[in-house]
Amino acid sequence: MPSQDLAVEVCNITKSFGAVNALSGIDMEVPKGTILGLLGPNGAGKTTAVRILTTLLKPDSGTARIEGIDLVRSPERVREVIGLTGQAMAIRDELTGKENLMMVGRLFHLPKKTLAARADELLERFGLTDAAQRAAKTYSGGMRRRLDLAASLISRPKVLFLDEPTTGLDPRSRIGMWEVIKELVAGGTSVLLTTQYLEEADELADGIVVIDRGTVIALGTSSELKDRVGGNVIEFFVPDSEARERAALAVAHLGTHLPTLDSTNNNVTLRVGSAGSKALVEAVRALDAADITVEELGLRRPSLDDVFLSLTGHEAKPDSEALKEGQL
Amino acid sequence: MTTTLATASKPRSHLVADAWTLMRYDLVGWKRNPSIIVFAFIQPIMFVLLFRYVFGGAIATHVPGGYVDYLVPGIIGQSAAFASFGTAIALARESQKGIIDRYRSMPTARSAVLVGRLGADLLRLTLTVILVLAVSYLVGFTFINGALPAVLMLLLGIIFGLVVCCVSAFIGLALRDEESVGSFGLIWLFPLTFVSSAFVPVSSMPGWLQVFAKNQPVTIVIDEMRSLAIGGPLVLHGWESAVWLLGIFVVFVPLAVRAYRRA
Ligand SMILES: Nc1ncnc2c1ncn2[C@@H]1O[C@H](COP(=O)(O)OP(=O)(O)OP(=O)(O)O)[C@@H](O)[C@H]1O
Ligand SMILES: [Mg+2]
Repeated sequence: MPSQDLAVEVCNITKSFGAVNALSGIDMEVPKGTILGLLGPNGAGKTTAVRILTTLLKPDSGTARIEGIDLVRSPERVREVIGLTGQAMAIRDELTGKENLMMVGRLFHLPKKTLAARADELLERFGLTDAAQRAAKTYSGGMRRRLDLAASLISRPKVLFLDEPTTGLDPRSRIGMWEVIKELVAGGTSVLLTTQYLEEADELADGIVVIDRGTVIALGTSSELKDRVGGNVIEFFVPDSEARERAALAVAHLGTHLPTLDSTNNNVTLRVGSAGSKALVEAVRALDAADITVEELGLRRPSLDDVFLSLTGHEAKPDSEALKEGQL
Repeated sequence: MTTTLATASKPRSHLVADAWTLMRYDLVGWKRNPSIIVFAFIQPIMFVLLFRYVFGGAIATHVPGGYVDYLVPGIIGQSAAFASFGTAIALARESQKGIIDRYRSMPTARSAVLVGRLGADLLRLTLTVILVLAVSYLVGFTFINGALPAVLMLLLGIIFGLVVCCVSAFIGLALRDEESVGSFGLIWLFPLTFVSSAFVPVSSMPGWLQVFAKNQPVTIVIDEMRSLAIGGPLVLHGWESAVWLLGIFVVFVPLAVRAYRRA
């Protein structure tokens, strides 16, 4: 994609903290007016990437452009066009919602005349009008998140960086947040958001970059990533862990890969490639022969969870190499 | 090259405005929740009363007005130094909560956060010092050296407090954790203020301790404040105080700025 169509262009950025290689050469692109989801487990390097792209940290090497502006050479110009909502909620508790917004607006050097109106508009849009004159320490988690996001929007940034914007929110607030982010992008803002929730990336992101231990292990749209896992997945639930293991063993020969057991969800997933319903019938037979009763047995398209597991899980390591080659 | 120069000089022009914005919103916060400020005043007043009435009788000083006249310059210096705790706590909290990250990702002048913080703390510190002085007058303290030296003493106390605030700013930004600052932010000031001439004459301490007590900056500054308040050698301690305060300032401001950039 030509550079002038990119809101964010990252080229081979590395960063280490002492012996820890937080980022070992990552590339990514956010086309203007789109959302890029940066996905990865704890410690993958998501926050480090966001901190570098928002000028808080200097990369050890590599380059990046935000709206065409060189990040390393002109950080002060980058700051004019970006907004940041960090992983911690950057709200001053002793100030009211409105004061928080006004303060950030003043520090952005927005004209005084229009600032109050802009703050009111954002408070209205985020459902905070009634709480606007209350100290932020009285706000609920969801309200704080919204106020934090509102503060990063006061300057109408062209590029918005969101580091785990919905962590800690209940499902309703999360969906509310998603709506707001979609509206922003519809209005032309470009967004880079990090998340650990595959569901969130699936819902919001136009493009997804999966990173693990500081390297990009996959990128594409959510359906491209799912296609890469390939074919169908058989999934069933067995509450008892011993029976779950026996069940997995009984169906293992049907899969293209080893089955994955998840003890928090009590489920077994098995990738069966293009075998589809045939594999499902075989699985029922095999489970019956082994005399194991399972719940919610079914065949489905792979979810981003399967993608994620196959990319970052240990048993899927050889395959993630294959995927990496596939994408090049 | 020319563009980088032009843009690089731009943030500087916002320094005063941005620092003022930050300072003003601190004051707004205090106005909303005055208990923060009131609590800041309780401890120094308690110290005045404790030393004046509990320890005072047991401490021998050879000062014309008695122990209270000896004590007050020391208490003012100590209160000014302890007031810097607020600086460290506030910066650690803002750093931990990502507020400083937000400031740093904005076109806000780079040093505005420190300058604004120190501006607000200077105001709080000045109020504390004036209040301590008022209470001291109520319990029998008097300036016996005239008005100008009295004003100079207050000024020196406030400057001393501000310099300690710079050290605390560094501590707050380097630790970046409100709890750690809560337990460490004040502790280092105890030996410095108590092993000094603030509350008792250094000559009453064991010899090995005197070596430290006599030569450390708190004693030097407080001796100068005492000379200003109730008479005594002025010039030597004046020079020494100036050198110490300037030295600490010159070392810790760049350290604080560096910690801010890494925060
Ligand atoms: N300031 C720092 N000093 C030392 N190590 C650091 C620092 N910041 C990050 N790291 C390390 O770099 C790696 C990447 O951290 P990062 O915070 O970017 O991960 P993350 O993907 O955001 O994780 P999470 O999902 O937990 O937020 C981790 O191993 C972390 O311990
Ligand atoms: Mg993170």
